[in-house]
Amino acid sequence: MIIKNNAIVADDWVVLRLNEQDSAENVMIPEGRVIVPLQVWLKQRNLLQERTEIGVWLASDERPETLKEDIDKFSVIAVDFPKFSDGRGYSIAYNLRARLGYVGEMRAIGDVLRDQLFYMQRVGFDAFAPRQDRSIEDALKGLADFSEVYQTSINSKLPLFRRVQRKGNAAASLA
Amino acid sequence: MYRYDEYDQQIVNDRVKQYRDQVRRRLSGELTEEEFRPLRLQNGLYMQIHGYMLRIAVPYGLISSKQMRMFAHIARKYDRGYGHFTTRQNIQFNWLKLEDTPDILADLASVEMHAIQTSGNCVRNITSDEYAGVARDEVVDPRPYAEILRQWSTFHPEFAYLPRKFKIAVSGGKEDRAAIYAHDIGLSVTKNKQGEVGFRVLVGGGLGRTPIIGCEICEFMPWQHILTYVESILRVYNQYGRRDNIYKARIKILVKALGIDEFRRQVEADWADIKNGPGTLTAEEVTRVASFFTDPAYETLDDHDSKLNEFKADNRPFSNWMLRNVKPHRVPGYAIVVLSLKKPGCVPGDATAEQMDAVADLAERYSFGEVRITHQQNLVLADVKQKDLIRLWQEAGAYELTAPNIGLLTDIISCPGADFCTLANARSIPLAKLIAERFEDFDFQHDIGEITLNMSGCVNACGQHHIGNIGVTGVEKKDHGEWYQVSIGGAEGNDSSIGKIIGPSFTFNQVPEVIDRLLQVYLRERTEAECFIDTVRRIGHAPFKEHVYASDFAVAQEETADKHEVAPAQYAIPFYSPRF
Repeated sequence: MIIKNNAIVADDWVVLRLNEQDSAENVMIPEGRVIVPLQVWLKQRNLLQERTEIGVWLASDERPETLKEDIDKFSVIAVDFPKFSDGRGYSIAYNLRARLGYVGEMRAIGDVLRDQLFYMQRVGFDAFAPRQDRSIEDALKGLADFSEVYQTSINSKLPLFRRVQRKGNAAASLA
Repeated sequence: MYRYDEYDQQIVNDRVKQYRDQVRRRLSGELTEEEFRPLRLQNGLYMQIHGYMLRIAVPYGLISSKQMRMFAHIARKYDRGYGHFTTRQNIQFNWLKLEDTPDILADLASVEMHAIQTSGNCVRNITSDEYAGVARDEVVDPRPYAEILRQWSTFHPEFAYLPRKFKIAVSGGKEDRAAIYAHDIGLSVTKNKQGEVGFRVLVGGGLGRTPIIGCEICEFMPWQHILTYVESILRVYNQYGRRDNIYKARIKILVKALGIDEFRRQVEADWADIKNGPGTLTAEEVTRVASFFTDPAYETLDDHDSKLNEFKADNRPFSNWMLRNVKPHRVPGYAIVVLSLKKPGCVPGDATAEQMDAVADLAERYSFGEVRITHQQNLVLADVKQKDLIRLWQEAGAYELTAPNIGLLTDIISCPGADFCTLANARSIPLAKLIAERFEDFDFQHDIGEITLNMSGCVNACGQHHIGNIGVTGVEKKDHGEWYQVSIGGAEGNDSSIGKIIGPSFTFNQVPEVIDRLLQVYLRERTEAECFIDTVRRIGHAPFKEHVYASDFAVAQEETADKHEVAPAQYAIPFYSPRF
């Protein structure tokens, strides 16, 4: 199960992670819906692009621009959070959406916890695979932690000061 | 001052709700301490030696009397009757229970306050000039921009898990009073030749283990672009700042590694895509926020008050206080008053609930109901009529707030040190007291003149020791004893510099004597009207070093064998302290 578009849904994508003995060139990619590491995509591109559905995931130290030419080929792009306190994934997501114009499913994987979900959806994630040992129902609540935000971001194209009429100091305008 | 509208209030209320639930999950065991830690830190909650410490945000150091009374309330109801004002213009409470903290945040929200991002690896509270709006040398009032930056940085989704903490300071005067050279981003709001408002942007300054003075990344950034430009700096840092080593994770290390030119190129490349985008500031928004920082209802007054001069002539303590604690105001007949939290014998930056209530009353009576907190850990009443100064001095004196020592030797900046903090190698507070008592004589202090003495209990430099004319730091040594390094030559302001260590470290009881010897050299070598820092810069470190180490220290045996001795016995040292 994952969270997608604000709901808990069934999911059959498999995230492929390389073991120590695997190499990006030689690893066997199982049939079906697979999200492969970026390095595997780069090494086995010719084989993989024959598939009707393929996903790719980025590690937090990898650059989204690497996918610039291929961005339309993926059914899902995932971003891995090795530790929830590693915030690089937020900028990766922002760059995928804002700079590379990616519009497909963007999924947060790895150490994904309830209290990060609100921020993640703001920078463009629309799918979340919360950590297996936690309740996914609880995690879903995290998406609604705040009812208002200040800044512009992927899910809020205008900052608050451009979106609404805010009041100034009444006393000053009288003076 | 700024007042919340329904949006600001909603965001802070949502936070209280979110935090209350996080604490509930922690207490029920749903969240591990490791998972809870970054969550509580982003809410200013630290675990210290005695229990939980909560750091409350005071945006750019400005609060109302009502908010000050709330601090007094929190001190009484949840703490031990006092609070500690910090070098980042915030306030900390040291003796809290985790279970109480959601209620404290709810109390704070009721007076438009919070503890958001006062810790953690995120953009921290924005600091500014404590004399903003009233200083004679002000070019542009920095407060509206500080508030705009506060809102922009509050829960910024992309920059909540940075490699390390991130501090921004804004100043608007000709003289820098916000230590902008010692911040991750330092902003000086100014005007160009055409009279347009913009920012000089400094980046990569910071203290801590590797003190570095910030570099200029942009000479003049028009005000419209400041948010997007800061966003690009943060984005480059978030992606490329080091995460493998906590001591090399601040932006200053990245800027040094890349060089300022390459760092600037990367920032500009990122910025090219968002420049003129929706994040660009509008004149309407600046005008709206600025409407909260217009002049209060000043009376038309003369600058010279004969009664004041008479009283001054007859009263030495008052004239000393006028000389040190009263600063010129840009409006005739008014003055800026600094209330000292550094009375010798007191803990630098501490205020009791009674003092807080008294300051709130004084502010209401004499200064339009507003108080500022300075990064030197004092309090400011910014708009006092000169003809009220005598009464204010008498009334504030009853609460021990009139020590005439602003900018003098006993106006010591100090972190809480090993008495409270698990990071510290040594105590700061008792040492600050010892030094203040040794040099208590105000005539002596006035003779020494302008000098800054900054103390930190460890290399993390919360007491900003690198930029003190004299800096004292607790250092780690193999014997785990309590040792202090002394540096001289640091300074903040337009001529910021990092102090240099004079030599091998000292014991607790030796430090006052070391300072005495440094002062002896200054008194011997100074030319007329030369401050301590000027003498250091003119003659160099050598004469100071030579004199300090020339003879043995005849000091009494260490009186306190245990550096944590001051922790009251009834507070069992909790198991989680890494120190034990």
